[in-house]
Amino acid sequence: MATIFSLDYATLWFLVIGAVFTGYAILDGFDLGAGAIHLFLKKEESRRIAINAIGPVWDGNEVWLVIGGGALFAGFPKVYAAVFSAFYIPFMIFLVALIFRAISIEFRSKEPMAWWRKLWDWSYCLSSCVIALALGLVLGNILQGLPLDRNGNFQGDWTYFLNPYAFMVAISTLALFMMHGAIYLVMKTEKRLYTKLTILVKNTTIFFVISVLLLSFYTLLYREHLTERIKANTWMFIIPVLMVLAVANITRSISQQRYRQAFFSSAVVISLLLVIVAVELYPNMVISTLDPAYSLTVANASSSEKSLGYMLVFAGIGVPLVAVYTSFVFWTFKGKVKLDEMSY
Amino acid sequence: MDVEILSRIQFAFTISFHYIYPPLSIGLGLCMVFMEGLYLKTKNPLYEQMTRYFTRIFALIFGIGVATGIVMEFEFGTNWATYSKYVGDVFGSALAAEGIFAFALESGFLGVLIFGWNKVSPRVHFLSTIMVTLGSMFSAIWIVVANSWQQTPAGFHIVGEGLDARAEITDFWAMVFNPSSLERISHVWIGAFLSGAFLVTSIAAWYIVKKKHLEFAKAAFTIGLFVALFSSYAQVVVGHKSAEVVAEYQPAKLAAMEGHFPENEKADMYLFGWVNKEKQTVKGLSIPGGLSFLVHYNFTAPVKGLNAFPVKDRPGNPNLVFQSYHLMIACGMLMIALTSLAAWYWKKGSLFEKTWLMKIFVWAVLLPQLANEAGWFTAETGRQPWVVYGLLRTSDALSASVKAGQVLFSLVLFALVYSLLLVLFLYLLNKKIIHGPALHADEMHSPQLEEMSDRFGEKKMP
Repeated sequence: MATIFSLDYATLWFLVIGAVFTGYAILDGFDLGAGAIHLFLKKEESRRIAINAIGPVWDGNEVWLVIGGGALFAGFPKVYAAVFSAFYIPFMIFLVALIFRAISIEFRSKEPMAWWRKLWDWSYCLSSCVIALALGLVLGNILQGLPLDRNGNFQGDWTYFLNPYAFMVAISTLALFMMHGAIYLVMKTEKRLYTKLTILVKNTTIFFVISVLLLSFYTLLYREHLTERIKANTWMFIIPVLMVLAVANITRSISQQRYRQAFFSSAVVISLLLVIVAVELYPNMVISTLDPAYSLTVANASSSEKSLGYMLVFAGIGVPLVAVYTSFVFWTFKGKVKLDEMSY
Repeated sequence: MDVEILSRIQFAFTISFHYIYPPLSIGLGLCMVFMEGLYLKTKNPLYEQMTRYFTRIFALIFGIGVATGIVMEFEFGTNWATYSKYVGDVFGSALAAEGIFAFALESGFLGVLIFGWNKVSPRVHFLSTIMVTLGSMFSAIWIVVANSWQQTPAGFHIVGEGLDARAEITDFWAMVFNPSSLERISHVWIGAFLSGAFLVTSIAAWYIVKKKHLEFAKAAFTIGLFVALFSSYAQVVVGHKSAEVVAEYQPAKLAAMEGHFPENEKADMYLFGWVNKEKQTVKGLSIPGGLSFLVHYNFTAPVKGLNAFPVKDRPGNPNLVFQSYHLMIACGMLMIALTSLAAWYWKKGSLFEKTWLMKIFVWAVLLPQLANEAGWFTAETGRQPWVVYGLLRTSDALSASVKAGQVLFSLVLFALVYSLLLVLFLYLLNKKIIHGPALHADEMHSPQLEEMSDRFGEKKMP
């Protein structure tokens, strides 16, 4: 296969998809997280400010999920087919949650009645949590490997996704997004709501640290195949070390009121977690628990070189374009949230 | 019921529901570009008010469109895993291109369109409206390209055999410009313009009937009417082109569209009718040799009928194809009649006094919706039993590991959620319409009144 910088197209595309999903986790992560902590905000005005803090951008953030899904479909159709059909039920619940979340944000402000708003507040918060949990659940299962036969067809039953390790990954994902979302909201608010959110940042950070520590110990003890590469390459210990530093920096920069730095730090945490996932999986994408020979790898599950080549060109043109206007949108809505007539 | 039929029902149901919204966004977006363009040109606050008003409706439509669209992308993997493996190399790149070149554009600028009124200059806001509309039109391009490739595959070769067989791309541009892409994109676009334009005329007509917001309503109706008039005539030309492509590349679909069974004889064109598959007859009113004329410009030229194809390669339900096709045509004809009549009265200056016509326009919003859905059903049921025409059968495209119970569960779930969604959508849309545009036009100048509109115009809870 043709190469760029001595990386073959399939590996490059694996990296591109990894980057897209990382971008998705960072961007949609904060608005999902803001949703997940929504019910902790008690006053109507606080809730409106919180929703309007993500109002102009959440839709654009979700685009990265669509791009990531499309990129996986195009670049690794076998992985797409295997994973999506294996987790039929969690994905369906995920989709319904995505719908409920979108309409909660859209519908909430349309009626003044308290019960109406409360209803959509709950729907918004629960669906945000369900989305984060479902993503974590699928990731947790992929990390453990799936019973795939020689044709890449899933052989487990539909309850397969319900297992303790996957739940731990799911909880950690939720905690991570909650922390990330709280930090974003701190950045966008002032006065009493701001103070309230700094406390939420602290609590969600503690929640995240505890869940990720438990997950790490469990992985080290019971999912050893997921730690082999880091153990074999001592220099890779820099990744967890950097992560600890980034988490520490979140608390530090919040106390110094340097929110952008705090937000950047939590984005770094998200990226590093996904780097660990990529490092430990590669060159596999989905390990078959039935026979290692049936595993879907970057090499055997990828599309043709021609197709990958076209798409690398798309990514080369498209990603900078998207980055430019995404920055423009974020820049337009920079600063603290002010409610006006067009607000939710 | 088995997995195949359940999955087909689920896909048909979810896509039909989804297909209400994107065409509305495209068409309404186009009308908003005209409205805001007129505002920038004339500085008449009436047009600003209009743009703002329709932006709120646009946001509602767009939100549901996105939420239900992601479902479609996921269903390829969840329900049609074998299909995904088969087409990923080709179809996937069109889908990925849609995400990065179109969907990102519309969703990115949507925030500025809705929330940016006081944050960016009028020109930049106008640019955002254009970008959102362009983005939604680009989206349509890539999605229709992907679908057209399934109808008339090109630019690929087949690798592997049996279960491992899959399509691999050989020529990207041949895939994009496959034999039916251009005709189908323009057909879908114009259908979308009609959706949006008829929504605008419907809302405006209702105000005129109710004698409310008259200045606003008349101006909006005129904009909608001209988009609709142009589009309904253009659709005749473009639709005809589409039919010619079907005749050339999907003769079995064409035969089903007119219920034409004989192997190779001249074919009639029906105004309406009922197909009896067993007796191989059609009861109805026809133009003798009409289909022959459509295909060959000759009333006696033979056209391949359904019997020219083995039973296993024909659409299983020709009557469904026939009925949806004729419903689409009927709606199209009605739209031409309505817009022409309205344009004639408009020219005479008496349009807005014709209350009966306004009442018809209130309900005419359903015509493009019916036409779009019916057209979609013609295209998709006419393609059966193939999911990729002539290459992959629908029955072979399923996910091997998904059981009927799971699909039934999700189907029931979607039926419930989408019913709720439709009720809420109609309720909120209706409420926005009843509420009307925020302010009377000449009050828009006054900053004091503008502040009042903040407090009273939009009902927001303190």
